[in-house]
Amino acid sequence: MDLQPEEKLDMEELLEDLENYRPRRQGWTWRKPVDKLELEEFVYDDMSEELERSIPLPAARSFQRIDPQPEPVITTEIASGRFEDDIRRMRMAAWHGADHMMVIRTAGQSHFDGLIEGTPEGVGGIPITRKQIRATRKALDYIEDEVGRPINFHSYVSGVAGPEIAVLFVEEGVNGAHQDPQYNVLYRNVNMYRSFVDAAVAKKVMASADMLQIDGAHNANATARKAWNVMPELFVQHAINSMFSLKAGMPKENIALSTVPPAAPPAPDLKLNLPYAIALRELFQGFRFRAQQNTKYMESSVREATVTHTLNLLISALTSADIQSTITPDEGRNVPWHYYNIAAVDTAKQAFAGLDGLNKLVQLNAEDSELRENARELKERAVLFLEEILETGGYFKAVSEGFFVDSGHYPQRNDDGIVRQLDGGVAASSIVPRDDDYLAPVCNHFGYNNLPDDIEKGCDLIGGCSLENPDLIDYIDELDPEDNVTSRLEESRPYRKGNLLKPEVEWSGDGWVNVTLFLAAEKDVAEVAALEIAGKMGLASAEVIHREVMHPAEGTLIEVKGRVEFDIDVDKLEIPEKEESLPDDEIREYVEENPLQVVAATVGEDEHSVGLREIIDIKHGGIEKYGIDTTYLGTSVPINKVVDAAIETNADVIMISTIITHNEVHRQNMKKLHDLCIEKGIRDEVMLIGGGTQVTDDIARESGLDAGFGRGTHGDDVASYIVKKLRGELEKEED
Amino acid sequence: MSPKRKDDFAERQQHLDGLSDQELYERFWELSQQVVEPLIEEARTHTSPSIERSVLIRMGYNSLDAKAIVKKVQEAELLGKGAGHLVLKIAEKEDLEIREAGLALKEGQFEIGYLQGLFERGEA
Repeated sequence: MDLQPEEKLDMEELLEDLENYRPRRQGWTWRKPVDKLELEEFVYDDMSEELERSIPLPAARSFQRIDPQPEPVITTEIASGRFEDDIRRMRMAAWHGADHMMVIRTAGQSHFDGLIEGTPEGVGGIPITRKQIRATRKALDYIEDEVGRPINFHSYVSGVAGPEIAVLFVEEGVNGAHQDPQYNVLYRNVNMYRSFVDAAVAKKVMASADMLQIDGAHNANATARKAWNVMPELFVQHAINSMFSLKAGMPKENIALSTVPPAAPPAPDLKLNLPYAIALRELFQGFRFRAQQNTKYMESSVREATVTHTLNLLISALTSADIQSTITPDEGRNVPWHYYNIAAVDTAKQAFAGLDGLNKLVQLNAEDSELRENARELKERAVLFLEEILETGGYFKAVSEGFFVDSGHYPQRNDDGIVRQLDGGVAASSIVPRDDDYLAPVCNHFGYNNLPDDIEKGCDLIGGCSLENPDLIDYIDELDPEDNVTSRLEESRPYRKGNLLKPEVEWSGDGWVNVTLFLAAEKDVAEVAALEIAGKMGLASAEVIHREVMHPAEGTLIEVKGRVEFDIDVDKLEIPEKEESLPDDEIREYVEENPLQVVAATVGEDEHSVGLREIIDIKHGGIEKYGIDTTYLGTSVPINKVVDAAIETNADVIMISTIITHNEVHRQNMKKLHDLCIEKGIRDEVMLIGGGTQVTDDIARESGLDAGFGRGTHGDDVASYIVKKLRGELEKEED
Repeated sequence: MSPKRKDDFAERQQHLDGLSDQELYERFWELSQQVVEPLIEEARTHTSPSIERSVLIRMGYNSLDAKAIVKKVQEAELLGKGAGHLVLKIAEKEDLEIREAGLALKEGQFEIGYLQGLFERGEA
């Protein structure tokens, strides 16, 4: 299977022969930094190797489409519940610069005692099964070839089946995972002894394949009432998991701390978050840092979330980030939609490109500054926290006394921490002591193992295990005859392979659209009115997902989502054919034999000159490079002056640019040009071309011109048109 | 459980005042090690149903078989011996391929007493 940029990924083909698919590698891959990356006229300090195929930022249009890739691995988190739709989103994200695909697990998998098999649909994530991750890893193997950079695949090793999931991940080439026994205890109420005993085995298995581990400390930010107060505890949580991981056999460089700037505006973001970020990186030098965006203070405004994300990126740039996670800006309103994953990836890429070289430009760490004092104080508070855990009788006792996720700024306590009982929780009393003759005939097994003296590796007892020999894997395809990918693909086939098209945000042809409305009404009225409007627009299941008061009386901004219940038949659409441009040499040859005179101007009360200059100037690859003689009259030129100049120079072509569209002024200007040329008796001898961001060929022709060119036009498009027209090649098409 | 307490950082931290940043760093990690030591010891000396299922999966059983086999091991109260260990013992005793031994155990072909007997010293 080979992906073609112009073709959709074929899911049916992807699933073929899956039982025999083997991942091409194991373990984590970092980006390769480039010292002094040169792209066009710019030199970058903090970028990594470029992609072979990618989609650059929108503004790259004005920068020769360069697409610098920052040094940190960039994460996107996907939670649609259908892996076949996740894969399409991963492909889009990879083209925008993501190389760490994190799939969220379905609700409830933590408490599932064992592995799930097949491809059932999930809620808020996918059920992690062998088939789902094998198909996804296979797709990512093709996608990384397409973009030209290795892609890391990631999920979660938690809950009451951690060791089995770790084995599954190693077998299937999953590259990274969250693993933190504290997460189980505090947020999933898994029994604490079970959680730690399982974790050591899981970590050792993960380490055997060089997987990257991310901890779960950041969840304390998201849970505590005042997130910035839990900073000392975050250090403690990071330390417990990091030290436990080291002792379970995981190398330091594969242990990543999940760190979130705990505060967000309107709090003074940097003043609170920067000392914390610095202290953390000092205390945990040698470990990896996965910088996550703050989600605690995320509301339904995608604008606000994007600004918080950008400030978080500034902290990453000022300190360090090995992995930059991105949270979609719509997470505060719904399960993330396709294009918001892309938006978040672009936000990270854009901010890092913009902040390139920051640490050469500014310096932190002035000794004795407030910053240093605050960082020191945070570390001391964390040390005091550890001291009290030991005084109390150890970690388990401390958890049972509600030490963790208390909203007080330790050593302050507010008596609102999470309390877990020693003998309570899911899977309580489920661990047993290993007997003196305990034996596990496998390799990379953590803990006591009474192997015979002549055996070095446990799995030598059985002639090798699945961690080394994937042919031992006993693959299960499906268990549920209905809830599986084959039946879902059957339903979505017309939208994937047929002629039907429908808007979507998560699943193939799901129909969801978002409508943004401003209503000149107070909030409560606006909300109800918006739903009424959505109903009249034909949207089903309409729901207000964002509201923002512009003024208590003057108006409210509302965003409504709803489903469209019709399809578009692509075969019945009339798609205007794209005109093929002539080869450069052919244009140049024609102009040499038939010298051309062009008059160009931005007309009306319009000072925009950039677009037209790009079409004309030789240095932008404009029409001058073909030897076309061009008289540029400037901006805000009256139409009659343009026509006079054309008469004076005996021009073959008049090109006008009209950017402003207020009151349809662009149409009026074009019409006026046509009329004036008739009046002066030159219309038959001169070709009239209109251009501008809102101009289309149709609008220009309706206004009497010969052709119109809009956004994205280059000089060669225009030159090619002029030559074809003069050679009489376009007559037929226009009849 | 953990009563309210005002922020008494100023009193509590006095013994840390004299520490250099490096000494504070070392103290932080020394304490972390002390907190983690009993946790890792607990893990070293214990096993769980999930750990034993992970052993069986590494041995080549699928997840359904692994789950069913561990149930049998638990019923015989032999989890502390290791599920893979029990499978090996059966294979040896019954002269079966390892894989067949596990599947026979899963099918319930052996009495609990028999299974427990496989581990009695001086016998078998």
